[in-house]
Amino acid sequence: MMALALTFAFGCFAVALLLNLIHLLRAPTLPDRILAVDTMVVNTIALIVLYGVKTASGLNFEAAMLLAMTGFVSTVAFCKFLLRGSIIE
Amino acid sequence: MLRRLFPHPLLSLLLVIFWLMLVGRPALGSLVMALILATAIPLLTARYWPDQSRLYRPWLLPPYLGLVLVDVIKANFQVARIVLFWPPERIRSAWVAVPVTLTSPEAVSILAGTITMTPGTLTADISADGKVLLVHALHAPDPDALRDEVATRYEARLKRIFEP
Amino acid sequence: MSLLIDIALAALLILSGLFGLIGSWGLLRLRDPMQRLHAPTKATTVGVGAAMLAAALALPWANGSFSLGEVLVAAFLYLTAPLTALYLARTHMHRTVDRRSLPQPGTGARWASQDDTLDDA
Repeated sequence: MMALALTFAFGCFAVALLLNLIHLLRAPTLPDRILAVDTMVVNTIALIVLYGVKTASGLNFEAAMLLAMTGFVSTVAFCKFLLRGSIIE
Repeated sequence: MLRRLFPHPLLSLLLVIFWLMLVGRPALGSLVMALILATAIPLLTARYWPDQSRLYRPWLLPPYLGLVLVDVIKANFQVARIVLFWPPERIRSAWVAVPVTLTSPEAVSILAGTITMTPGTLTADISADGKVLLVHALHAPDPDALRDEVATRYEARLKRIFEP
Repeated sequence: MSLLIDIALAALLILSGLFGLIGSWGLLRLRDPMQRLHAPTKATTVGVGAAMLAAALALPWANGSFSLGEVLVAAFLYLTAPLTALYLARTHMHRTVDRRSLPQPGTGARWASQDDTLDDA
């Protein structure tokens, strides 16, 4: 039963990534695109974690952690750039 | 002496816990490394922690976090319903100015984060004097009810934790 | 006992998939840019949180090792999601929202992002 649910979750996040990609391409404003990229990062983290469940290894969480950190910093940097025109003040 | 070495005891404690969780197995070496980090990082970043806020009732913090977690899950179902089934014309979004009486910056930050994480509301800005939060609500036909809920459900609890 | 864990894990995984999907679906479906901020920052975070919880439960059960790393990643995501949302909201306000449509603080001060006397954005 868990294997079935795992496949379902994989499918859900894959479709979610696809929806984000569609939104990234046809978003009307720049902040919308940043939001789409940020959501893609979070969905990718979910995929990594699900892969960790599938292979029953505890090593994947480090990849998820790194992606979470870089994703957060890059989103904030994008926003700062749009707000101020510079990132490092 | 101990105070000089650990200017922020809570931060040091959190660093030890986080390092042990990151390493994942309890070993003496990891504990030593955790202690080194817990001493070095607060000292190196002391510049960015100018004043220390005091927790008056720290034991109330875990129940608060539990309440927020339950609220996040409960309210997410509501937002899911709005997103999935409501026609877009029916969603009444609104900007709401929520007054805050908390004084400690940490407490206001936690309140703002709580408002953002409970779905349906999102903190967008704070007034320059730190007394009002600008909140965007996904569906708020009654802004006053929203203000009341923030004040009674979250702010009152935070006040008990952060203020005497 | 193992059947119970199996059911709990399956429920968590299905919940996480559904919330992830709802978050991204809301991103596409909602009309207003500020409304669109609501769905992904929260529903998706809950979806990932449920997946993390499933991983933290499944690993000790599968191979006996206990790992708290997933809990750490989930905590990190929960702490950073409000900040990401705050920055995105500010960017939206800066670029697309009409300032006059916002309510005023009412204390005589202005909103921090519109107060040019403040140094920090």
